[in-house]
Amino acid sequence: MATPVSVHAHAAPQGFIRKYIFSLDHKVIGIQYFFLALTAVFVGMFLSLLMRIHMIWPTAVLPIVGEIKPEQYLSLLTMHGTIMVFFVLTTAPQGGFGNYVLPIQIGAPDMAFPVLNMLSFWTTFVGFIVIIAAFFVTGGAPLHGWTGYPPLSAVQSAGPGEGLGADLWITSIAIFCIASLMGALNFITTTLDLRAKGMSLMRMPLTVWSWFITAILGLLAFGVLLSAGILLLLDRNMGTSFYVPLINVNGVMMGHKGGSPLLWQHLFWFFGHPEVYIAILPGMGVTSQVLSTFSRKPIFGYKAMVYAMLAIGFFGFMVWGHHMFMSGMSPYSAFAFSILTMCIGVPSAIKTFNWLGTMWKGHIRFDTPMLYAIGFVSLFVSGGLSGPFLAQPVLDIQLHDTYFVVGHFHLIMGVAAIFGIFAATYYWFPKMFGRMMNETWGRIHFFITLAGTYAIFMPMHYLGMAGQTRRYSQFTEVAYQTKLIPLQTFMTYAAIITIAAQFIFVINLFWSMFKGPKASDNPWEATTLEWTTTTPPPHDNFGGVTPVVHHGPYEYGVPGAPRDYVMQNDPATYAAH
Amino acid sequence: MATYTPSTPIDHLGGIKPPEPPAGGGDDGRSASFPDYRARLRRARLGLICGIATVCMVFISLTSAYIFRQGLPTFDGTTNSYVHDWGSVNLPWMLLFINTALLLASSVTMELARRNAARQAALAPVESIPGVSLGSERSFPWLAITVLLGFGFLAGQWLAWIELHNRGFYVNTNPSSSFTFLLTVTHAVHLAGGLIALLWAATASLRHKTAEARQIAVDISAWYWHFMLVLWVYIFALLGIAR
Repeated sequence: MATPVSVHAHAAPQGFIRKYIFSLDHKVIGIQYFFLALTAVFVGMFLSLLMRIHMIWPTAVLPIVGEIKPEQYLSLLTMHGTIMVFFVLTTAPQGGFGNYVLPIQIGAPDMAFPVLNMLSFWTTFVGFIVIIAAFFVTGGAPLHGWTGYPPLSAVQSAGPGEGLGADLWITSIAIFCIASLMGALNFITTTLDLRAKGMSLMRMPLTVWSWFITAILGLLAFGVLLSAGILLLLDRNMGTSFYVPLINVNGVMMGHKGGSPLLWQHLFWFFGHPEVYIAILPGMGVTSQVLSTFSRKPIFGYKAMVYAMLAIGFFGFMVWGHHMFMSGMSPYSAFAFSILTMCIGVPSAIKTFNWLGTMWKGHIRFDTPMLYAIGFVSLFVSGGLSGPFLAQPVLDIQLHDTYFVVGHFHLIMGVAAIFGIFAATYYWFPKMFGRMMNETWGRIHFFITLAGTYAIFMPMHYLGMAGQTRRYSQFTEVAYQTKLIPLQTFMTYAAIITIAAQFIFVINLFWSMFKGPKASDNPWEATTLEWTTTTPPPHDNFGGVTPVVHHGPYEYGVPGAPRDYVMQNDPATYAAH
Repeated sequence: MATYTPSTPIDHLGGIKPPEPPAGGGDDGRSASFPDYRARLRRARLGLICGIATVCMVFISLTSAYIFRQGLPTFDGTTNSYVHDWGSVNLPWMLLFINTALLLASSVTMELARRNAARQAALAPVESIPGVSLGSERSFPWLAITVLLGFGFLAGQWLAWIELHNRGFYVNTNPSSSFTFLLTVTHAVHLAGGLIALLWAATASLRHKTAEARQIAVDISAWYWHFMLVLWVYIFALLGIAR
């Protein structure tokens, strides 16, 4: 047996601050990330509620916030998008569950660089505080959308919120980039260097693969966003002209000359498209894990799943131009970006096929994590199918900047990724907190959320095809758009119900944390290493023992085995595998 | 502390010999045959490679922006036509060559410091044997010299920026001067980070770190420092050739 590698010189901490606040333990840091993302998602959700209400009742005077002005609507959508993309969809699956589960699943006592891990979390936390601060400065939060297109984002006088608010927005994103880079570095090193004996790459659970590939994407993408953000800050504050051309704002000629807004779009989307996969890949990993476990069957086509994820990550870096078909790019470039984008359909279809193949003729257990994993597959297909539409320049010219795009990316990148997070929460909650979540309320939460999200986002496709533009604060002033208001009203009611249902989840979460029935070490009868240790795991994960891995991650229904699953550290051989 | 128990009891094996786990796992028992610090050194180097990849991405994106902006025709409102507004920056060549020489020299001294630290770490187990003495060999303070040369480079860059100002080139004078300041300052910020790492490594013995721990700190700083040299040569070449 391999000598336990003392990754961390740190022993189990004693004081409250070192144990729960500035902890070096990856499990505590993972939970910290989880609660940060939970806070962020409620902020983001509240903003979306305000937007939906404003669209239907533009003159309504709301408690606390008062009447929402059109420019405030733009602030709301900017902050909703930014908070959700960075502090929820990037933070929870990777920072939260990746941090908590990855080291245990590969049999390591901690991450490779625990201090860096702690720094990474607290840097993210500072980034979150900075972006929230943008609401409270003069002029309020920025207007330029989460994509931050110049010249709007690059000229201080371009509108309310484009002053200090926009500087805080860029600063927050820069801080977030640095935090994510530290995290990605740690994930890659941990996965490559700290695997237990016998944990070969092709024995890693698909969750580990997904976090590993996500980390590589993050490592290569966030540096580009950081550079782009530095250029934007210089344009805003130092009078340079990277992005800003000769421009007249409110009758005043700006001092800029010759910059190109397209430069930002290229840099931003070179980051932005991989970011979509940073959000969704961990959800794919969790879905694979949960589908296999609850179907009591090996994952269908393990290697194909790994290669499909690698292919998605690889192609993710070559398709950024499909966000820019409207920018006047050469038709040849558009053709190349279009073909490459549709190529992503191949590995995506492989994954979907394999998920269905995994469930085929399985002894399916419909526990809440499984429901969410199936929901993920459903949303992945519904949201993914509109991708090839938008990947074609001729169609994109019609659909660009309409609700079709909003519906597409919310289904695939927003809600599907969120379903991955929900599946992960219900699945790993027993390991993280030592108790089970309430199953009945979990199912009620699932069905309302599934129906609710489809009711919100599916009609958006029709709105988009009917020509309804995104980012308009109200539709009452545009004749052809007023006919679509009843559908928008329906979506607002659906949103209110879906948001209300999320309180079921939060109450279930906190109630179960303290009052839920005690969880056994392996309540789902799963095979991976986190289920071989105690619940919750000790400080060094395996109580001084370094696990040795003898099996692949999804050995269910092995002939000759005493149970219908074989743990990864089971030293016995049962059948050819 | 909770105790770990294997989930599968061993008694049901019935004489089946446990199969040998295949190679390919992360540690593969290497940590058993090497001292622990070897594993830590390998891990730290792997982390450094990831960090360098990130810094590379930052500079690759800045370079692509540089090339894009250089070739971009821009609209001139006074003549109502498209023009190329990329001007040529009058670089203080002599000063920059001196700075390059300083950084090159610091890279050499850094390498000597790295090898010195590796030798000390290799000898540390021998010295720990009672009765064995290797003599009080005073090693040359290569690390301190590297730090001095590093500060010298930064001071030289500072002088170069002042000289650019004297020649009329500010950060917003022309796209070319914007990029000149952007690239050199971004490099300087990364180099300053390297200097902090060097100071951290240099004070390792003061902080009662073992020779092995010190070697890891010196080794990582050294490779980062060499990378900073390569990066600087690249930036200098870009600014000098693709003007």
